[in-house]
Amino acid sequence: MDYFLVSFFLIQHIRITLHTKEKMPYWDKILDYAKYVSIALMSTYYVASTPDWYGWVWHPFMILLIFTIYKNEEFYSVRGVVQSIIPFVAVSILSDLVRTIAPAFHGEYDDYFTAIRFFAFALCFIIWFYARKQQKILLKEREERLQEEKESKAQKESLEYLVAERTYELTLQKEELQKAIEELKSTQNQLIQSEKMASLGELTAGIAHEIQNPLNFVNNFSEVSVELCQELEEEIDKTTIGERDKEYIKEIISDLSQNQQKITHHGKRADSIVKGMLQHSRASSGEMEAVDVNALADEYMRLAYHGLRAKNKEFNSALVTDFDASIGKVKVLPQDLGRVFLNLFTNAFYAVAEKKRKLAETDPNSDYKPEVKISTKKFADKLYIRVSDNGTGMPEHVIAKIFQPFFTTKPTGQGTGLGLSMSYDIVTNGHGGTLDVDSIAGERTEFRITLPVGEE
Amino acid sequence: MKILVVDDEEDVKSLFEQKFRKEIRSNVFEFSFAFSGEEALAYLAKHPSEVVMILSDINMPGMSGIELLKSIRTDFPAAPPQVMMITAYGDSKNHDEAMKLGADDFLTKPVNFVELKEKLLLVNN
Repeated sequence: MDYFLVSFFLIQHIRITLHTKEKMPYWDKILDYAKYVSIALMSTYYVASTPDWYGWVWHPFMILLIFTIYKNEEFYSVRGVVQSIIPFVAVSILSDLVRTIAPAFHGEYDDYFTAIRFFAFALCFIIWFYARKQQKILLKEREERLQEEKESKAQKESLEYLVAERTYELTLQKEELQKAIEELKSTQNQLIQSEKMASLGELTAGIAHEIQNPLNFVNNFSEVSVELCQELEEEIDKTTIGERDKEYIKEIISDLSQNQQKITHHGKRADSIVKGMLQHSRASSGEMEAVDVNALADEYMRLAYHGLRAKNKEFNSALVTDFDASIGKVKVLPQDLGRVFLNLFTNAFYAVAEKKRKLAETDPNSDYKPEVKISTKKFADKLYIRVSDNGTGMPEHVIAKIFQPFFTTKPTGQGTGLGLSMSYDIVTNGHGGTLDVDSIAGERTEFRITLPVGEE
Repeated sequence: MKILVVDDEEDVKSLFEQKFRKEIRSNVFEFSFAFSGEEALAYLAKHPSEVVMILSDINMPGMSGIELLKSIRTDFPAAPPQVMMITAYGDSKNHDEAMKLGADDFLTKPVNFVELKEKLLLVNN
């Protein structure tokens, strides 16, 4: 009975501790068989009505069991438990051996043998119990460690999440910074551009002054020469030269006079350009005045329209006004702003007239209706003025240059290239506003003036 | 009437001589020329109380027209000639300063000779 208990529990113990079922199915099968063998042995023992020699059947089985477990490395961790049953098996064998060899001696010390066997048997279970306890502690520790690992893993995950979050934030910041840098760059370019324009403006003023004086001489001398020619003609009449010679001389004088007039004419043209340049560069000395911008715009729109009508009787265009009546009076430099309006409207009318002229050449049946529109709007301390036309429009490369002094697309003599440059200067430097342009080549152009206006 | 024209541009001389040819021939005007402020002062010192009218440019190298006007008004207080200032800079600052210093008139370039002639004849009468 004790053998059965020891072997049975040993086998069960090994199977449970080493999880043989999952980890080593081969050994599990053998141990299973060993279990049945031990059950069979015990049953046989009782069936055979407990013979004394039966211990000799158990001994080889036990030795084989211990030997197998000891010999195989797989069972290294349960060796301690197996060791605990060695004394029991050894004592049992010794007891049986003594009983066989010296039955008398055995009979005499039977109680001792039984006691020792019992102790050895008890020892097995004490050791097992202890081992199990140890194992439980180990298990608990392992579980704790697993728990810790789990916790640290969770911590790690949360850390990783934080890192990812921070990285995302940093990336966003980086993008924002890059955007800011790009904006700075474009602002810098704009600054350089406006600086260029300013220096060009100064240069323009210098050139204009330098040209003005010699130009005055050209004009004055050519004028006086015309007068001299007249005098000469009068003097010729006083002489007694033959009529034919007189006629011939007078013809030459007339040609000379015409030439001088041409010089005066072109000199005057150059003079008006120079005047424009000077006007352009001259720092505005005007005072800010509260004026009705709508009325100002309307006035200059009509002025520009009739100016063009005077030159070109066939010209006509619809004038569309969309004024924000709530604007009231706004502090501006009226003369300067008027000049801006005049420029923008003159350009707009020119653009629609050009488109009409071109269409008349290519497509006489087109129903093109020239239209120039002005709209004003006051919103959040800003005054928005738009001058738009459905004229020729401008391609990109022209738009890029329109605010540069002396840039013009008009034929020679029709534009100085200073109008928009000057307008830009007046709006930005004079009023602290902005002047933008939007255009689709062949379709339309829109100029947008934005002026900051304080409350009156 | 003796008129002194002060300008750093020497061509002013032939221009005036041609423009006022008739007046010069009929002895209505007599022009003298100085090509700097300093020269003008020297001329005035040499010909005291002959010059009735001075036409002076403002923007000249060396002594400017304004400085010339100032010294004329201080050095020749006895018989002050009429002084007419001419400038290419039609700004109010020069105008105000010239008027304050005792200029009699102020013209801007390019000079309108018809207008100038009328003014001179008015002074002459």
